Amino acid sequence: MTVTLTVNGADHALDVDPATPLLYVLRDDLELNGAKYGCGLGQCGACTVHIDGKPAFSCLTPVGAVAGRRIRTVEGLGSAGAPGLLQQAFETEQAAQCGYCIAGMIMRAQALLDRNPDPDEAQIRAHMQTNLCRCGTHMRILRAIRRAVALRKGTQSAQEVRR
Amino acid sequence: MKRTRWAPWRAGRGTAGRWVAGGVLVCLVGIGAFLGIAYRSGLPPVSPPKVETFPAETLARGAALAAIGDCIVCHTADGGVPYAGGRALATPFGTLYSTNITPDPETGIGTWSTDAFKRAMRDGVSRDGSHLYPALPYDHYRQVHDGDLDAIYAFLMTRAPVVAPARANDLIFPLGFRPLLAGWKLLFLHQEEFTPRPDRDAAWNRGAYLAEGLGHCSGCHSPRNLAGAEETGTKAYSGGLAEGWAAPALNGSSPAAVPWTADSLFTYLRTGVDGRHGAAAGPMGPVVHGLSRAPEADVRAIATYIASLSADRPGTAPKTPALPERTAEAARVNPAGASLFAGACAGCHEDGAPMMTQGRPGLSTVTALQLDRPDNAIRAILQGFHAPTGPAGPAMPPFAASLTDTQVADLAAYLRSRFSDRPAWTALETAAATVRQEESQP
Repeated sequence: MTVTLTVNGADHALDVDPATPLLYVLRDDLELNGAKYGCGLGQCGACTVHIDGKPAFSCLTPVGAVAGRRIRTVEGLGSAGAPGLLQQAFETEQAAQCGYCIAGMIMRAQALLDRNPDPDEAQIRAHMQTNLCRCGTHMRILRAIRRAVALRKGTQSAQEVRR
Repeated sequence: MKRTRWAPWRAGRGTAGRWVAGGVLVCLVGIGAFLGIAYRSGLPPVSPPKVETFPAETLARGAALAAIGDCIVCHTADGGVPYAGGRALATPFGTLYSTNITPDPETGIGTWSTDAFKRAMRDGVSRDGSHLYPALPYDHYRQVHDGDLDAIYAFLMTRAPVVAPARANDLIFPLGFRPLLAGWKLLFLHQEEFTPRPDRDAAWNRGAYLAEGLGHCSGCHSPRNLAGAEETGTKAYSGGLAEGWAAPALNGSSPAAVPWTADSLFTYLRTGVDGRHGAAAGPMGPVVHGLSRAPEADVRAIATYIASLSADRPGTAPKTPALPERTAEAARVNPAGASLFAGACAGCHEDGAPMMTQGRPGLSTVTALQLDRPDNAIRAILQGFHAPTGPAGPAMPPFAASLTDTQVADLAAYLRSRFSDRPAWTALETAAATVRQEESQP
């Protein structure tokens, strides 16, 4: 069966079983390897991508369910040469240790910033709760998100963000 | 319009005067009588009692009873300080906000005497004499023994005081006028202190006392009448609604695929999941959270009592649906639903999936798929739920972002036809849209 996917603004017609998880199609067919397979149960968030602007677990999303809807992956935020604001902040804060969860973390955080450009600490923590990091870099991840918020506002120095 | 014949003012002046005077008198007597019934005096304030005035044993018992009564659930706002109130309680009559029951003297119950506390619990009257809404289930708390109310009072009065003024309620006119509640109480507040049944054993009686009193199980699991009071008699425990979730019947009309036993109820109430009925979601989650910390014997007693309510259920043999045939038929009728199930659900719920090796319930025994209403299945799919007892408990991720209302409807229809032999659900897409709309509201 042919399924048409719109990923990071580009359309792809794919011959695929509609029950296939979106994550497999992104990685295996479209070679977008940012999103990772973590638990396959929707409990860790490593596979997080955006569907119509909302964060979703791509490992539990049948590809047939998202035909024609807007899918955004971490590759859609920027590239290694030209990273997006949040990607840059993660890099500056060195928020990755093994890096396996990071694409999911960034996409989850991006969904928050798209909806609320100036979240407070409690809102950030509540929003990020669904994503896990087994290395334990959560504090750096939170710092990276705060940095991105401050960079976007442009009113605080990076030093202030560090606190 | 036809003119009415009954027109006393058209009769002689003297007669009219008598009619008017009589009418006014009747009204005044009526209003006076009503205000007399509605009026409750304020009780004198006391200084907040000190911790050391309560024996440790009383405090421990109060903590256990408060856990069974689930005070904390309604009296804590989302993300708020425990017992400081402020949680929005949606009712058919508008939104109520729970109040601060920490011992803060200004905004909490710090100046309440034991008598004031007991009056609130039994008569639904605040210390200042104003009537409390029956969202506080005083119809149940009337059944609680004196000593237990003393213990709960001791427990609450020794929490850390929090300054948290009550939020104004948002009720339909004229229900903001509290004296009207006296009328409600005249009609519906007749419960008496619990008396044990001599033909039942101690565990059953303990369970009945806790479930009917502090536990107020029937507050959700019984239907309510137009005035918001619980139906009693044969309608008691025949199923109700709580915050948009169906609270399944616990009496003989229980829809459970496999009958409940005291053991399975104990497991469910204690851990939030039972292998042959499902997981506690929605408002049942916090109930389990409380019971997971309550004394084990009390939870067993509640399970014994609740199991006895459906003991007369017809057809107590476990159903054995011919699953393979049903699966093929469900997929034939609803290929879209089958495909969604394979991609979104099978990883946990299909036979042989990792979760199924951990004693989690198979979908053919999950009560949510056996209910007349699809609400619980749809809510679980869209919103998911957290483990009520901590990270190792049962949980489900939400699918609101990945599935459209049409897809949720297809999936729910497939689940129903594959895992239940009950009639197909209708208006599924509308039901999904309704839940999603609620979700999007702040």
